[in-house]
Amino acid sequence: MTAERLDATFAALADPTRRAIIARLASGEASVNELAAPFDMSQPAISKHLKVLERAGLISRGRDAQRRPRKLEPKPLAEATAWLEKYRRFWEGSFQNLDVLLDELKAAGKQQQGRHRK
Amino acid sequence: MSFTGTLQVTTQGDREVRLVREFDAPRRLVWDCFTKPELVRRWLFGPDGWSFLVCEIDFRVGGSYRYVWHNPAAGAEMGMKGTYREIVPHERIADAQVFDQDWTGGEAISTLVFTERNGRTTVDNTMLYSSREARDAVLESGMKEGMALGYDRLEQFMSTLPAGGSA
Repeated sequence: MTAERLDATFAALADPTRRAIIARLASGEASVNELAAPFDMSQPAISKHLKVLERAGLISRGRDAQRRPRKLEPKPLAEATAWLEKYRRFWEGSFQNLDVLLDELKAAGKQQQGRHRK
Repeated sequence: MSFTGTLQVTTQGDREVRLVREFDAPRRLVWDCFTKPELVRRWLFGPDGWSFLVCEIDFRVGGSYRYVWHNPAAGAEMGMKGTYREIVPHERIADAQVFDQDWTGGEAISTLVFTERNGRTTVDNTMLYSSREARDAVLESGMKEGMALGYDRLEQFMSTLPAGGSA
Protein backbone atom coordinates (compact mmCIF):
# COMPACT_ATOMS: atom_id res chain seq x y z
CA MET A 1 0.00 0.00 0.00
CA THR A 2 1.52 3.33 -1.01
CA ALA A 3 0.98 6.74 0.54
CA GLU A 4 -0.24 8.03 -2.83
CA ARG A 5 -2.90 5.37 -3.04
CA LEU A 6 -4.11 5.95 0.50
CA ASP A 7 -4.21 9.63 -0.16
CA ALA A 8 -6.29 9.18 -3.30
CA THR A 9 -8.64 6.95 -1.32
CA PHE A 10 -9.16 9.46 1.47
CA ALA A 11 -9.46 12.38 -0.95
CA ALA A 12 -12.14 10.46 -2.85
CA LEU A 13 -14.00 9.69 0.39
CA ALA A 14 -13.83 13.29 1.60
CA ASP A 15 -17.01 14.15 -0.32
CA PRO A 16 -20.49 13.24 1.04
CA THR A 17 -21.97 12.45 -2.40
CA ARG A 18 -19.12 10.08 -3.15
CA ARG A 19 -19.51 8.40 0.24
CA ALA A 20 -23.21 7.93 -0.48
CA ILE A 21 -22.34 6.39 -3.86
CA ILE A 22 -19.92 4.00 -2.15
CA ALA A 23 -22.57 3.11 0.43
CA ARG A 24 -25.04 2.39 -2.37
CA LEU A 25 -22.55 0.22 -4.27
CA ALA A 26 -21.83 -1.73 -1.09
CA SER A 27 -25.21 -3.40 -1.60
CA GLY A 28 -24.52 -4.32 -5.24
CA GLU A 29 -23.55 -2.89 -8.61
CA ALA A 30 -25.62 -0.13 -10.22
CA SER A 31 -25.85 1.84 -13.46
CA VAL A 32 -25.06 5.55 -13.64
CA ASN A 33 -28.78 6.34 -13.89
CA GLU A 34 -29.55 4.26 -10.82
CA LEU A 35 -26.76 5.96 -8.93
CA ALA A 36 -27.93 9.42 -9.99
CA ALA A 37 -31.56 8.81 -8.99
CA PRO A 38 -31.36 9.59 -5.24
CA PHE A 39 -29.42 12.81 -5.84
CA ASP A 40 -30.63 16.14 -7.07
CA MET A 41 -27.80 16.22 -9.57
CA SER A 42 -27.29 16.07 -13.29
CA GLN A 43 -25.85 12.93 -14.80
CA PRO A 44 -22.63 14.73 -15.83
CA ALA A 45 -22.18 15.84 -12.20
CA ILE A 46 -22.58 12.26 -10.99
CA SER A 47 -20.23 11.05 -13.74
CA LYS A 48 -17.61 13.45 -12.43
CA HIS A 49 -17.86 11.92 -8.96
CA LEU A 50 -17.69 8.44 -10.46
CA LYS A 51 -14.53 9.39 -12.30
CA VAL A 52 -12.87 10.47 -9.04
CA LEU A 53 -13.86 7.20 -7.38
CA GLU A 54 -12.65 5.24 -10.38
CA ARG A 55 -9.29 7.01 -10.45
CA ALA A 56 -8.87 6.21 -6.74
CA GLY A 57 -9.49 2.57 -7.60
CA LEU A 58 -12.54 2.44 -5.34
CA ILE A 59 -14.95 1.46 -8.11
CA SER A 60 -14.75 -0.19 -11.52
CA ARG A 61 -17.04 -0.99 -14.42
CA GLY A 62 -18.95 -4.24 -14.57
CA ARG A 63 -19.17 -6.58 -17.56
CA ASP A 64 -22.56 -5.58 -19.01
CA ALA A 65 -21.55 -3.39 -21.96
CA GLN A 66 -25.02 -1.85 -22.33
CA ARG A 67 -25.65 -0.76 -18.75
CA ARG A 68 -22.02 -0.16 -17.88
CA PRO A 69 -22.75 -0.77 -14.21
CA ARG A 70 -20.31 0.45 -11.58
CA LYS A 71 -19.20 -1.84 -8.81
CA LEU A 72 -17.20 -1.49 -5.64
CA GLU A 73 -13.53 -2.50 -5.50
CA PRO A 74 -13.18 -3.62 -1.89
CA LYS A 75 -9.37 -3.70 -1.61
CA PRO A 76 -8.43 0.00 -1.39
CA LEU A 77 -11.25 0.65 1.02
CA ALA A 78 -10.17 -2.26 3.21
CA GLU A 79 -6.59 -0.90 3.17
CA ALA A 80 -7.76 2.54 4.22
CA THR A 81 -9.84 0.96 6.97
CA ALA A 82 -6.90 -1.12 8.22
CA TRP A 83 -4.73 1.96 8.28
CA LEU A 84 -7.13 3.91 10.46
CA GLU A 85 -7.90 0.83 12.52
CA LYS A 86 -4.33 0.52 13.81
CA TYR A 87 -4.42 4.05 15.07
CA ARG A 88 -7.89 3.66 16.52
CA ARG A 89 -6.93 0.50 18.41
CA PHE A 90 -3.97 2.12 20.10
CA TRP A 91 -6.00 5.11 21.24
CA GLU A 92 -9.18 3.25 22.04
CA GLY A 93 -7.18 0.94 24.31
CA SER A 94 -5.64 3.92 26.09
CA PHE A 95 -8.96 5.74 26.37
CA GLN A 96 -10.60 2.68 27.89
CA ASN A 97 -7.91 2.78 30.57
CA LEU A 98 -8.79 6.43 31.04
CA ASP A 99 -12.50 5.59 31.43
CA VAL A 100 -11.58 3.31 34.35
CA LEU A 101 -9.35 5.95 35.91
CA LEU A 102 -12.03 8.64 35.59
CA ASP A 103 -14.59 6.40 37.31
CA GLU A 104 -12.13 5.92 40.16
CA LEU A 105 -11.48 9.65 40.44
CA LYS A 106 -15.20 10.44 40.41
CA ALA A 107 -15.85 7.90 43.18
CA ALA A 108 -12.93 9.27 45.23
CA GLY A 109 -14.25 12.83 44.76
CA LYS A 110 -17.70 11.85 46.02
CA GLN A 111 -16.22 10.13 49.07
CA GLN A 112 -14.18 13.20 49.90
CA GLN A 113 -17.22 15.47 49.52
CA GLY A 114 -19.09 13.15 51.91
CA ARG A 115 -16.33 13.47 54.47
CA HIS A 116 -16.28 17.28 54.22
CA ARG A 117 -19.99 17.47 54.85
CA LYS A 118 -19.73 15.58 58.14
CA MET B 1 -21.36 14.47 14.12
CA SER B 2 -22.77 12.17 16.77
CA PHE B 3 -20.88 10.68 19.69
CA THR B 4 -21.47 7.26 21.06
CA GLY B 5 -18.64 7.08 23.58
CA THR B 6 -16.42 5.27 21.12
CA LEU B 7 -13.46 6.79 19.43
CA GLN B 8 -13.83 8.42 16.04
CA VAL B 9 -10.76 8.61 13.88
CA THR B 10 -10.78 10.56 10.66
CA THR B 11 -8.23 12.10 8.36
CA GLN B 12 -8.51 15.71 7.26
CA GLY B 13 -6.69 16.95 4.19
CA ASP B 14 -3.23 15.56 3.52
CA ARG B 15 -1.50 16.02 6.84
CA GLU B 16 -4.02 15.69 9.64
CA VAL B 17 -5.52 12.98 11.78
CA ARG B 18 -8.39 13.80 14.08
CA LEU B 19 -9.47 11.81 17.13
CA VAL B 20 -12.74 12.54 18.90
CA ARG B 21 -13.79 10.75 22.08
CA GLU B 22 -16.39 11.43 24.75
CA PHE B 23 -15.81 10.63 28.44
CA ASP B 24 -18.38 10.24 31.17
CA ALA B 25 -16.71 12.71 33.52
CA PRO B 26 -16.57 16.47 34.08
CA ARG B 27 -14.02 18.47 32.17
CA ARG B 28 -11.73 19.34 35.07
CA LEU B 29 -11.17 15.63 35.79
CA VAL B 30 -10.45 14.79 32.15
CA TRP B 31 -8.15 17.80 31.96
CA ASP B 32 -6.19 16.56 34.99
CA CYS B 33 -5.78 13.15 33.38
CA PHE B 34 -4.12 14.74 30.35
CA THR B 35 -1.86 17.12 32.25
CA LYS B 36 -0.75 15.57 35.56
CA PRO B 37 2.03 12.98 35.20
CA GLU B 38 0.81 10.82 38.09
CA LEU B 39 -2.53 10.48 36.27
CA VAL B 40 -1.15 10.20 32.71
CA ARG B 41 0.93 7.26 33.97
CA ARG B 42 -2.22 5.41 34.83
CA TRP B 43 -3.81 5.32 31.37
CA LEU B 44 -1.35 6.14 28.59
CA PHE B 45 0.94 3.19 29.27
CA GLY B 46 0.48 1.59 25.86
CA PRO B 47 -0.76 -1.77 24.57
CA ASP B 48 -0.26 -5.09 26.41
CA GLY B 49 3.37 -5.69 27.30
CA TRP B 50 4.25 -1.98 27.32
CA SER B 51 4.70 0.34 30.29
CA PHE B 52 6.06 3.77 31.10
CA LEU B 53 9.77 4.14 31.70
CA VAL B 54 9.63 7.94 31.87
CA CYS B 55 6.59 10.18 32.24
CA GLU B 56 7.54 13.76 33.05
CA ILE B 57 5.47 16.88 32.50
CA ASP B 58 6.42 20.52 33.00
CA PHE B 59 2.98 21.93 32.37
CA ARG B 60 3.38 25.58 31.30
CA VAL B 61 3.71 27.37 27.97
CA GLY B 62 7.28 26.79 26.85
CA GLY B 63 7.58 23.84 29.23
CA SER B 64 8.03 20.34 27.90
CA TYR B 65 6.98 16.79 28.56
CA ARG B 66 8.84 13.57 28.04
CA TYR B 67 7.34 10.09 27.59
CA VAL B 68 9.34 6.89 27.19
CA TRP B 69 7.60 3.53 26.89
CA HIS B 70 9.25 0.14 26.92
CA ASN B 71 8.34 -3.44 26.24
CA PRO B 72 10.93 -5.56 28.11
CA ALA B 73 9.80 -8.87 26.60
CA ALA B 74 10.23 -7.52 23.08
CA GLY B 75 13.33 -5.51 23.97
CA ALA B 76 11.69 -2.45 22.51
CA GLU B 77 11.65 1.17 23.60
CA MET B 78 9.89 4.23 22.22
CA GLY B 79 10.20 7.82 23.35
CA MET B 80 8.78 11.20 22.52
CA LYS B 81 9.10 14.77 23.62
CA GLY B 82 6.75 17.71 23.37
CA THR B 83 6.81 21.43 24.07
CA TYR B 84 3.69 23.29 25.15
CA ARG B 85 2.83 26.20 22.88
CA GLU B 86 -0.59 27.17 24.15
CA ILE B 87 -2.55 26.42 27.31
CA VAL B 88 -6.07 27.66 27.99
CA PRO B 89 -6.98 26.10 31.35
CA HIS B 90 -9.64 23.38 31.06
CA GLU B 91 -10.20 24.23 27.39
CA ARG B 92 -7.28 23.87 25.06
CA ILE B 93 -3.70 22.62 24.81
CA ALA B 94 -1.42 22.90 21.79
CA ASP B 95 2.02 21.35 21.70
CA ALA B 96 4.77 20.53 19.24
CA GLN B 97 5.92 16.93 19.56
CA VAL B 98 8.51 14.66 18.04
CA PHE B 99 9.46 11.00 18.44
CA ASP B 100 13.02 9.97 19.37
CA GLN B 101 13.30 7.78 16.31
CA ASP B 102 12.19 10.59 14.09
CA TRP B 103 10.32 8.78 11.37
CA THR B 104 7.92 11.69 11.18
CA GLY B 105 10.27 14.10 9.44
CA GLY B 106 10.01 16.82 12.05
CA GLU B 107 7.59 18.07 14.65
CA ALA B 108 3.87 17.43 14.68
CA ILE B 109 1.45 19.92 16.18
CA SER B 110 -1.17 18.43 18.47
CA THR B 111 -4.22 20.44 19.47
CA LEU B 112 -6.51 19.17 22.22
CA VAL B 113 -9.89 20.80 22.78
CA PHE B 114 -12.00 19.91 25.82
CA THR B 115 -15.74 20.65 25.90
CA GLU B 116 -18.24 19.68 28.57
CA ARG B 117 -21.95 19.04 28.17
CA ASN B 118 -24.26 17.57 30.81
CA GLY B 119 -21.34 16.41 32.89
CA ARG B 120 -19.70 14.61 29.97
CA THR B 121 -16.53 15.75 28.27
CA THR B 122 -15.56 15.54 24.63
CA VAL B 123 -11.88 15.55 23.76
CA ASP B 124 -11.10 16.58 20.20
CA ASN B 125 -7.48 15.98 19.23
CA THR B 126 -6.12 17.12 15.88
CA MET B 127 -2.62 16.07 14.90
CA LEU B 128 -0.98 18.09 12.15
CA TYR B 129 2.07 16.34 10.72
CA SER B 130 4.88 17.93 8.76
CA SER B 131 3.88 16.09 5.60
CA ARG B 132 1.54 13.48 4.27
CA GLU B 133 4.40 10.95 4.37
CA ALA B 134 4.95 11.76 8.05
CA ARG B 135 1.31 11.15 8.91
CA ASP B 136 1.39 7.83 7.10
CA ALA B 137 4.68 6.86 8.77
CA VAL B 138 3.18 7.42 12.22
CA LEU B 139 0.27 5.18 11.45
CA GLU B 140 2.46 2.56 9.79
CA SER B 141 5.36 2.23 12.20
CA GLY B 142 4.05 3.57 15.47
CA MET B 143 1.01 1.44 16.01
CA LYS B 144 1.76 -1.77 14.20
CA GLU B 145 -0.73 -4.36 15.33
CA GLY B 146 -1.17 -6.22 12.10
CA MET B 147 -4.85 -6.53 11.44
CA ALA B 148 -6.39 -8.08 8.43
CA LEU B 149 -9.63 -6.34 7.76
CA GLY B 150 -12.17 -7.48 5.29
CA TYR B 151 -14.90 -6.16 3.17
CA ASP B 152 -17.38 -6.67 6.00
CA ARG B 153 -15.79 -3.75 7.85
CA LEU B 154 -17.03 -1.36 5.19
CA GLU B 155 -20.12 -0.23 7.01
CA GLN B 156 -18.21 0.24 10.23
CA PHE B 157 -15.71 2.34 8.34
CA MET B 158 -18.41 4.47 6.77
CA SER B 159 -19.81 5.27 10.18
CA THR B 160 -16.44 6.70 11.24
CA LEU B 161 -16.46 9.19 8.41
CA PRO B 162 -17.67 12.70 9.27
CA ALA B 163 -21.01 14.11 8.09
CA GLY B 164 -22.75 10.79 7.70
CA GLY B 165 -23.13 9.49 4.16
CA SER B 166 -23.48 5.88 5.18
CA ALA B 167 -26.40 3.72 4.13
